[in-house]
Amino acid sequence: MENNAFYVALSLLMNLDAALFQIVALSLQVSLLAVLAAALLGFPLGAAVALWRFPGRGGVIVALNALMGLPPVVAGLTVYLLLSRAGPLGEWGLLFTPTAMVIAQFVLVLPILAALSRQKVEELLGEYREQFISLGMSRSRMMPTLLWDARFTLLTVLLAGFGRASAEVGAVMMVGGNIDGVTRVMTTAIVLETSKGDLPLALGLGIVLLTLVMLINAGAYVVSELAKRRVG
Amino acid sequence: MTSFNALLNAASTLCPPTALRFKGVAFSHLGETLLGPCSFTLTGPGPTLVMGPNGAGKSILLRLAHGLLSPTQGQVSWSGEGRPRQAMVFQNPVLLRRSAVANLTHALAVNNTPRKARRKLALEALERFGLTARADTSARVLSGGEQQRLALARAWVLAPAVLFLDEPTSALDPAAIKAVETAVREFHQRGTRIVMTTHDLYQAKRLAGDVLFLAGGKIHEHTPAESFFSSPVSKEARAFIAGELVE
Repeated sequence: MENNAFYVALSLLMNLDAALFQIVALSLQVSLLAVLAAALLGFPLGAAVALWRFPGRGGVIVALNALMGLPPVVAGLTVYLLLSRAGPLGEWGLLFTPTAMVIAQFVLVLPILAALSRQKVEELLGEYREQFISLGMSRSRMMPTLLWDARFTLLTVLLAGFGRASAEVGAVMMVGGNIDGVTRVMTTAIVLETSKGDLPLALGLGIVLLTLVMLINAGAYVVSELAKRRVG
Repeated sequence: MTSFNALLNAASTLCPPTALRFKGVAFSHLGETLLGPCSFTLTGPGPTLVMGPNGAGKSILLRLAHGLLSPTQGQVSWSGEGRPRQAMVFQNPVLLRRSAVANLTHALAVNNTPRKARRKLALEALERFGLTARADTSARVLSGGEQQRLALARAWVLAPAVLFLDEPTSALDPAAIKAVETAVREFHQRGTRIVMTTHDLYQAKRLAGDVLFLAGGKIHEHTPAESFFSSPVSKEARAFIAGELVE
């Protein structure tokens, strides 16, 4: 019975295990902060690429699309090099802190949010363009209108970004270091327990992680469906 | 209210709406000339109805006049200083994914109306177009007729000197068509220059002050409505009015 993953998962939750709670809280905190920061930059960036015509625009779109598949370890390595003692931002002393993990996930999620929002905003612009020009709107005035009117599709984009952030292990492992009580998150804990051979605990953690992601997605789905029904 | 309308009528006869001038305007796309070259001036009180068969270039003419398209040849100019305030109502109204009233306050915000005044103006316009009960309903779930009335209300709050309407009633039922035509008359009474396309002869007879008749990308005549319908000059217009197929 003690070797059953579901039993382990359940007992971890039932006992409100303090260590587990800390790991879960840090996982959510890091991923949510990274996604929020990436949205603040990525959505306007995506909308700007959709709105303005400039030399090299095609290249930017291809780069954003390609970077959606950026391997987490490559993002991790880049941030590691930037933040390591000898790196350009070494003085900040951020390596192996939760902040470094947020930065690494931000790098991973930004292209996803920018590339997908570019696509969604461009579709909406196709529908609105003549009306916008008729109203005499400048491109910079169109941006907030488009972002607001695309809010439900952008929520889905946000979830895609959150999924990417909460699921990856390579980047947070490299720049966080999986330090117990400081930078250990769900995914790095799963890797550790697996390599230690405690498979039920690893699986139990996996189930907790999946359940959390599921709950967040279900919440967002319900909110967007209700809103869509009202707004049409 | 009547005296107010009478005043507006008087005003519109005293100072005719902003004049529009096309000088040798042509529009081509991918080497094919879709309109013109054509020259005409709209100086009369209007409303001006642009008529002609499908593909005659009616929509392109409207878009060139409104500035949604740039002519590949010639010039579009207006009387008075600068570009007059204008608005356009499309065949399929483009409404934002927000409430009816938010659609109007957005247009007012774009036009730099002070924040405090927006909601009041928007609600007044909704009332004028019979949409008060729908103020907080999402614009996207309104019926076709209500959507077109909302598009007209949006144009109304902008108080344009010129209003373009591109086949505004072609997807509507008779009651909704009547509401749109009433609105067009109200704009006209306010002194707004109306330029509207339609392929509906009866509608044109009800609304037109003058008619611009287009076929095959060329203007075949520009005459006062009475003479256009009773004694059209061009062979194409005669055939169009007689209900024959015009190439």
